Amino acid sequence: MAEFTLRIRRYDPQSGDAPYWDERTVELEPHRSVLEGILQARNEQDGSIGVRCSCRSAICGSCGVRINGEPGLACHTHLDKALEGSKDGVIEVEPMGNMPVIRDLIVDMDAVHWKKIQQVTPWLIGKEPVPEREYIVPRESMIDITQSMACIQCGACVSDCLSMEVDPLFIGPAALAKSYRFVGDPRDAAHKERLEYLSEDKHGIYDCTHCFKCIEACPKGVAPMNQIMRLRRISGNVYDIEDRNNGERHEMAFVKNIRKNGILHEADLLPDSYGGKFHPRAVPELISSLPVVVTALLRRKVTPAKAMLHSHKAPEGVKQIFDDIEGRDGGVEFNLYIQGTDEDNAEPPGAEGVLEKVAEDVVTEALEEAPVTPAGGEGSSA
Amino acid sequence: MKVAYWPGCVSRGFTPELHGSMEKVAPLLDIELVELDRASCCGAGVIAEHSQELADTLNARTFALAQQVEGADLMMNICSTCQGAQSECQQRLDASAEYREHVNGTLAGEDLQYEANIVNKNFLWVLVEEIGLENLKGLVRRPLTDLRVGPFYGCYIVRPTDRLKIDDEQPRDDYLGMVIETLGGTVIDYAGSHKCCGFPIITMNKKASLTQAGRHLGDATDADADCLVTPCPLCHLNLDLQQPMAAKEVGRDLKMPVLHLPQLVGLALGLEPKELGLQHHVVKPTSVIDWTQSVVGSVSAPAGW
Repeated sequence: MAEFTLRIRRYDPQSGDAPYWDERTVELEPHRSVLEGILQARNEQDGSIGVRCSCRSAICGSCGVRINGEPGLACHTHLDKALEGSKDGVIEVEPMGNMPVIRDLIVDMDAVHWKKIQQVTPWLIGKEPVPEREYIVPRESMIDITQSMACIQCGACVSDCLSMEVDPLFIGPAALAKSYRFVGDPRDAAHKERLEYLSEDKHGIYDCTHCFKCIEACPKGVAPMNQIMRLRRISGNVYDIEDRNNGERHEMAFVKNIRKNGILHEADLLPDSYGGKFHPRAVPELISSLPVVVTALLRRKVTPAKAMLHSHKAPEGVKQIFDDIEGRDGGVEFNLYIQGTDEDNAEPPGAEGVLEKVAEDVVTEALEEAPVTPAGGEGSSA
Repeated sequence: MKVAYWPGCVSRGFTPELHGSMEKVAPLLDIELVELDRASCCGAGVIAEHSQELADTLNARTFALAQQVEGADLMMNICSTCQGAQSECQQRLDASAEYREHVNGTLAGEDLQYEANIVNKNFLWVLVEEIGLENLKGLVRRPLTDLRVGPFYGCYIVRPTDRLKIDDEQPRDDYLGMVIETLGGTVIDYAGSHKCCGFPIITMNKKASLTQAGRHLGDATDADADCLVTPCPLCHLNLDLQQPMAAKEVGRDLKMPVLHLPQLVGLALGLEPKELGLQHHVVKPTSVIDWTQSVVGSVSAPAGW
């Protein structure tokens, strides 16, 4: 047994008092969880400490909190590990971020997380006609969505999302990962409609800043940001959805820019992302950027010649790579989370170049042909 | 040491002072830069968003070019985004010999081949892990005494921690603070140091993008920082070039100078602000220059700054 001190952030919005820190010392074996520490403090010292929990086995997703500033499940964090991560020998426990606090460590998941999940139609929209028996789908198409299916809805990614921090309307990592669970499912009949909604929404897939916070936060390896990138890839490449947020245009402008110049020519990228220098969409944007451009010119950050011309041209080898890969039907994509190196992954390739391997911890990876088609491809359901 | 040097795109585009200052600082640190001038953009995550294979192949080509540099100890970049995007591609390439063979097949036309496990480090990592903080300390000619510096890392160089091999033995997400201290400066702790600058969505959601930049700059201002330092030129674009717009967005008067990492190192190693291109910044680094004047007394800020 050892002593651990928890610094719990207490807050009761109905009391009218400000939040405060409450230090509680508990005695438990070091491998016990932070949740057990909180519960001991509640049961033995102060019954008013608010905490939500259920399974205590890292599967129900109820006890999401911030421990020493990092998101996680209280039941899945050992006290000794938490102590290692503390700044001053005290384990700091706070409610999750980006959601209003109901009391102490309990946040209002309904107001934020579940509302966003509902926004993405979180159920399978079956194809017609409904098959007489079950849908039969290729195994690899299920592997592709296994990662997003691992989500336990704990809200850790929502808590840490930096986009949502400045734009609370952002649909967010959990709901978008949930959306990929259906966009990647060959049995779903509404891939295009789902993607149109998510790309046209000002706060949809193109509102993600690529900050990796959700990947880091997720206790189940769902890597929501990777699922968002897949949604973008399928939206642009498979369904050619040109969204009003310039998401697809920016992506294509970037790709074309590099094919032409080898390295980025920023002066072209900005207007091209809005549809071209003289496009009605680009004009107001360029005018609003004028003060910035003028300052950059005054400071000789850029010269007019450099802004207009770009001396660097892509080497032939670079152009060839673009032509080879873009010229093929689909590309090669590593699906799911990749771990380890050759030594661990020395599995020979399977039929039709599909590499699959289930690692010990059921982390699966697949190298799948024609991945730009939603997993399994169109019409792959029986 | 000799490095295969990948400057990236933005350091030769809209932040030319970054590439310029790196070239000035390298000899003082005994780093020989062999520039990979035939290499291409890392894709900054955007090309991977379009096609993973395309991004992986372009970066495999860059790695292959780096591996051809004779006598190079490693490949070095000066951009957090390059570090992250290239590490992501490298992770996929190194994970499967079959995939690597496939990608190398595309490179065969140029007679290039990527061999697994290239060492590719940002200048920040090179400073701490290759040059060493003790050695760096010995090279300081003008300690950054009393300069209050806020670190700003850029997402790509701090997350995901497993891919970037960040742990207790290798606390790469603390390196900026360690370097600032080694150079004699004071590290400012503020909320935004490891957050996103917002740049990736500047064309998609300008308001959210500028709000992110504005908040971090405001937090650093509230923490009494004299300046920020960043190893990422893309962050620099949102934090410096866009700072007037960000200030408008968050409704604050912001005047926070943002230095590139080689500029901060260069100042401490005795280089003049102008040599390091500090005059090119949108937000005049007045606090930094005033400080060097007061301490050293030999650095004069040219008129018109």
